[in-house]
Amino acid sequence: MRWWLPVQASSFAPEIDGLFTAILIITGLAFFLVEGSMIWFLIKYRARPGRKATYTHGNVKVEYVWTAFPAVVVIALGLTSNHYWKQIKGRDSVPPNSYPIKVHAKQFEWLFTYPGPDGKLGTDDDITEVRNKLHVPVNRPIVLEEESEDVIHSVFVPAFRLKQDAVPGMHIRAWFIATRPGEYDLGCAELCGMGHYKMHAKVTVQSQAEFDAWLAKAAQGDIE
Amino acid sequence: MTSVAATHDVGHAAHAPTGIWRKYIFSTDHKIVGIQFLFLSLLFLLLGGLLAMQMRWQLGFPNTPMPGGGILPESMAPGGVILPEYYIQLVTMHGTFMVFFALMPLLVGVFANFLIPLKIGAHDMAFPRINMASFWVAFLAGLIMLASLFAPEGAARAGWTMYVPLSARPDLSGADLGQKLWCVSIVVVGLSSILGSLNYITTIINNRAPGMTWFRLPLSIWSLFIVAILGLLALPVLSGAAIMLLFDQTIGTHFFDPAVGGQALLWQHLFWFFGHPEVYILILPAMGMVSDIIANGSRKPIFGYHSMVFAIIAIAFLGWIVWGHHMFMSGMNPTLGSSFMISTMVIAVPSAIKTFNWMGTMWQGNLRFHVPMMCAIAFVAMFVIGGLSGLFMAATPVDMQIHDTYFIVAHIHYVLFGGSLFGLFGAITYWFPKMFGRMMNERWGKIHFWLTFVFYNLTFFPMHILGMAGHMRRIYDPTQYDFLKPYQPLNQFISVCAFLLFASQAIFALNFIISLFRGRKAELNPWQDNGLEWTLPSPAPHGNWERLPTVYRGPYEYSSPQVEEDYLPQSRKLPTDREPAVLAGAVP
Amino acid sequence: MRKLGMVGALAGGLFALGFAGRGEHAAQAGATITGTIKFTGTAPVMAKIDMSDEPVCKGKYTAPPTKEDVVVNPNGTLANVFVYVKSGLPATYKAAAAAAPVLLDQNACRYHPHVFGILVGQTMSIKNSDGIAHNIKAKGVKNRPFNISQPMAMTSPRTFTTPEVMVPLECNVHGWMKGWVGVLPHPFFAVSGADGSFKISGLPPGTYTIEAWHEKYGTQTATVTVAGTETKTAAFTFAAH
Repeated sequence: MRWWLPVQASSFAPEIDGLFTAILIITGLAFFLVEGSMIWFLIKYRARPGRKATYTHGNVKVEYVWTAFPAVVVIALGLTSNHYWKQIKGRDSVPPNSYPIKVHAKQFEWLFTYPGPDGKLGTDDDITEVRNKLHVPVNRPIVLEEESEDVIHSVFVPAFRLKQDAVPGMHIRAWFIATRPGEYDLGCAELCGMGHYKMHAKVTVQSQAEFDAWLAKAAQGDIE
Repeated sequence: MTSVAATHDVGHAAHAPTGIWRKYIFSTDHKIVGIQFLFLSLLFLLLGGLLAMQMRWQLGFPNTPMPGGGILPESMAPGGVILPEYYIQLVTMHGTFMVFFALMPLLVGVFANFLIPLKIGAHDMAFPRINMASFWVAFLAGLIMLASLFAPEGAARAGWTMYVPLSARPDLSGADLGQKLWCVSIVVVGLSSILGSLNYITTIINNRAPGMTWFRLPLSIWSLFIVAILGLLALPVLSGAAIMLLFDQTIGTHFFDPAVGGQALLWQHLFWFFGHPEVYILILPAMGMVSDIIANGSRKPIFGYHSMVFAIIAIAFLGWIVWGHHMFMSGMNPTLGSSFMISTMVIAVPSAIKTFNWMGTMWQGNLRFHVPMMCAIAFVAMFVIGGLSGLFMAATPVDMQIHDTYFIVAHIHYVLFGGSLFGLFGAITYWFPKMFGRMMNERWGKIHFWLTFVFYNLTFFPMHILGMAGHMRRIYDPTQYDFLKPYQPLNQFISVCAFLLFASQAIFALNFIISLFRGRKAELNPWQDNGLEWTLPSPAPHGNWERLPTVYRGPYEYSSPQVEEDYLPQSRKLPTDREPAVLAGAVP
Repeated sequence: MRKLGMVGALAGGLFALGFAGRGEHAAQAGATITGTIKFTGTAPVMAKIDMSDEPVCKGKYTAPPTKEDVVVNPNGTLANVFVYVKSGLPATYKAAAAAAPVLLDQNACRYHPHVFGILVGQTMSIKNSDGIAHNIKAKGVKNRPFNISQPMAMTSPRTFTTPEVMVPLECNVHGWMKGWVGVLPHPFFAVSGADGSFKISGLPPGTYTIEAWHEKYGTQTATVTVAGTETKTAAFTFAAH
């Protein structure tokens, strides 16, 4: 059982993990400082006969310090987060020439449509409605064109750190670059009904050649 | 102009109601209304816990017959094995019961009602009959919500957040009447909240005793005041959304279903515009009461009282502009995501200020570890964890990994259970003598505290690990996913600890019930507290004071050099005190 | 020699009577309507079903399974046509209570049977022989819709309260799984099988409107008058389009 974040299989996984670790260090320090001090206070200032508490209503200077310091930290965190957020989810973040794959979410399956040899979706040579299998070539920008047939679902690939809700009535794009060949899990991350737990797809990251071979067979209806 | 208090003046005690019906059932006495809310919400707390136990059974021991599952209908749990459609009802109703019928009434219905007139020095609320109505309306809402469990296809099952279109379409959710009853119940409970808020705001503004200036109010009252304003403004938004949802399901409107021209995200905006202030409604009263208790337990004034007040106001104000942080992955414009992220980061600051001030209060204090103090300290310790975990989800890229996973579940439960519920255990123990005239048992209180503290952390801390791994929420059977199979032992561990946690609450329940009848009789001021309520007999009589008190100082004058004792009540007059200017309409 | 022949004929006759008695329903006196559903034109090619993500089901097939919207038999007839008495029964007619439940089995990720009939109030036993998660959504209009899940091998009973032709059934976890059930207040229905034939027996004398329903090709009706224990035929032809 892994005690940390999953293996990093996408280009932005290391960035997200880096941010996670930075926050963990900051909050960890805060945690030990605060909880540690509290435990120390509980021991040092416990009531004993003959003791009296110090009569004070506070200290304005200290208030300024412990207001300013967290403010600076969270603003820095915010600016850093926003930098990556714009890169990953921003309106212009989808890399040009991304390979498009349509994700049709429905209760309770994922139906993927791959572009055919023309590389475009929505044309006659598309390989339509491959069930619960997302194959992608490694090291190539992929854009998922998400749509939903019925209720809100959410595409979630933990190994990619990728999550994007699929909303009926909306056409939403989510891009990624898979960097590590292998098999990963895709789950639905938005409660979509009684079969929500069964919306499981397998993501296979493979070399361009293997991907092309798989796609050619899939075009024949021969899906493995 | 005269304050409303003028109509409930001297001799009020002479008009005390007689007979069981007027005295205990249809009472306008704020203390009785508070106690009624107490019994109602403790019942729902128990029911909500029972629902959670069933969820944890399924997660810990998937697809196996649950002990006692035989009493469930075959359509929900054949042979005692929980079905997926039942599981998501459990998930939904656990959240609904806990938020709307346990925590909110416990924090606000109980303590706003019980404490406000007592701590500001008034005979009762400004509108006693509206107060009585607010309880019975909540009671009705509770009945409707319970009834929804027995609808033909069962209860609502789209999560307590009730996202559309799943919740708007019975053909997609499988829930029909149960879903409609949920909407009706929410509208009714919203009404109860609004009625309550009207009373709390008016009473605090108008009915303070002479000398009780704004900055002499205890922090419990400040937080209840601010929360009342939050509630007044937020609950109507939820009620409106629930009515729109009900209309979509019944009279053919198309607010939410994109298939007929509606907008799925509209619900989320409306719900979370209510939902975020709601979570501050769920924490601020606990923070306020914890402040009172920590000052008392430390025998020291609250460190930075004014900062604490401004922090409460800042949290409440900022709470209106952070709602989109629940929607980062929703398909909402990512630029909005950026702005909500900034405001969410900023709201961490006033919470940090409060934490440091609690620590400042304990620093160089003379700490008494009575049960309420232990609970209050645990509140601070657990709230720190819950608050810090919030920073991870506020960082939008990190939220891509942890949104809708058990990391969020851990966060929620650290602030609501580790925070609010521990605060409530402390508050109930603290004000029990003033409510019932007896003390809860101290030794059993400490045993309950330690068992709860240990099992609570063992149950919820590991959920952070599950969330990091990507364990989604509301999943009936995690073993369907290869990447989650290795975590099944951890799920089982959490479930077992959850069962032990639930079992430990029997100690609190028994302590509470037995103390009602056999607890040690309480004196006037068992905690040696400065608040006005502790100058009254335990339990406090109808009408509270024959002659309203006069206030000479703030609520946290512990270890004052002016007196021998380490506490100095607000209404005790010292030779050096001057009479305050009489408030317009204040009554002797 | 002749005696042996007569005994043989008698035995054969008795034997045949026994067969006639079995038919689709409990042995009853009454008339019979039979027929064959013909199919003209080129049979549409049914798409292959991708069961690769459901190995439990895929493993039960030797050849790749295909969709079953249109099943044309080798002899040029159409299977899965639901044939039933639409009108013509006397007003006083009341069906006997159904003896046994009708089995709807989810096996190899398909509904067995794909098309079937059931009496109002008769128990439909929904069985999950696959042992993997299925849900059964019945999209009735006159009957209250239901949507239940079966996460493991189990059987769930359901009944229908109102006549309705036809109630669609579907599994949402396996989008290709579709079935149809005709709910009727009488037992006079049949489904054409691998030879395209149907047989409705035990009919009281009268003039009946018989309807043949196919999920893709719609409905056709025929009028047949029967009396006593006679057998009449009704012919239906569906054309490819």
